[in-house]
Amino acid sequence: MPDLPQRKAGIVACSGEELPEGTVARLAALKVLHELRPGNTVTICLPLFLAGGEGDRAFARFHPTITVDGCELRCAARGTEMYSGKPAASIVVKQLAAAQGVGVIEGRRSLNDAGKRAVDVTAQRLAELVDRFVGKRDTRGATTELVVLQPSGAKVAACSCGTGVPTKTALIDGKPVEGKE
Amino acid sequence: MTCRVAVIPCSGIGKALGSVTREAAYELCDNLRPDRTQLVALSKLVLGEEQARERIQNSPAVTIDGCKQMCAAKLVRHSGGTVVREIAVFEVFRRYKELKPEGIAELNEEGKQLARALAGEIAADVDEITKGGAHA
Repeated sequence: MPDLPQRKAGIVACSGEELPEGTVARLAALKVLHELRPGNTVTICLPLFLAGGEGDRAFARFHPTITVDGCELRCAARGTEMYSGKPAASIVVKQLAAAQGVGVIEGRRSLNDAGKRAVDVTAQRLAELVDRFVGKRDTRGATTELVVLQPSGAKVAACSCGTGVPTKTALIDGKPVEGKE
Repeated sequence: MTCRVAVIPCSGIGKALGSVTREAAYELCDNLRPDRTQLVALSKLVLGEEQARERIQNSPAVTIDGCKQMCAAKLVRHSGGTVVREIAVFEVFRRYKELKPEGIAELNEEGKQLARALAGEIAADVDEITKGGAHA
């Protein structure tokens, strides 16, 4: 039985620079990627859906993707759907933070206490969604529940953020085209 | 064109250099040249948000990218903007090799120093672009 790629949840953050909630979105995504669910999450820079190649745009079609946005513009959610695939779930920090009563978020460069609480609640919500879509495993990589994609013969298209998107075919003008070996 | 320079960092989420672009943009727009710059979120250009596109189209743009994909520069041009200074942080880093950035969520002190050095260089460019000369 060949080793197949572990299915991982994709997380795409808006990283909006203009608002403190954009910083919350970015830091919450990083907390999940690096601390809470490092073994079963990957990310990609949102702008790569436009500036990158077809392998980058395949991201949300391969990974069940959770988007996290700072504000109601929902750039990450809508951008992901426009250029890659429909997100499996999406979070808006402003809405979640208000519902959780974290207080007024300030400091786009250096978050205040409310902003730090918003990072924690957003990251926790992200982690719950990751568990729902790809199962939960501990930080040492032991899988307790596993779902595996079956991209037989898949190749890996490198992404600038260091992750890879296994892909064999590319969509050009809506038509699938086999990638070269 | 207005004289308020649009500053667009890539804020790449996969490498420390992406965080350097973000930190440098904040240093420039919040501290060094708040009256001559405007920060524009790259995610809005991905979406094609109309107000962000107008700001880009009506102002000279400085882009700050963390990797060779040069997302910020590409998207500004894609949005109809004019890039007057295109900065690749990995090239700037070659001139400050003692300042090795580490950490993405929280940059190390060297990374912050690199960002401040970069912001200082861009501030001089902003002065030139806006014909402002020395900044008070």
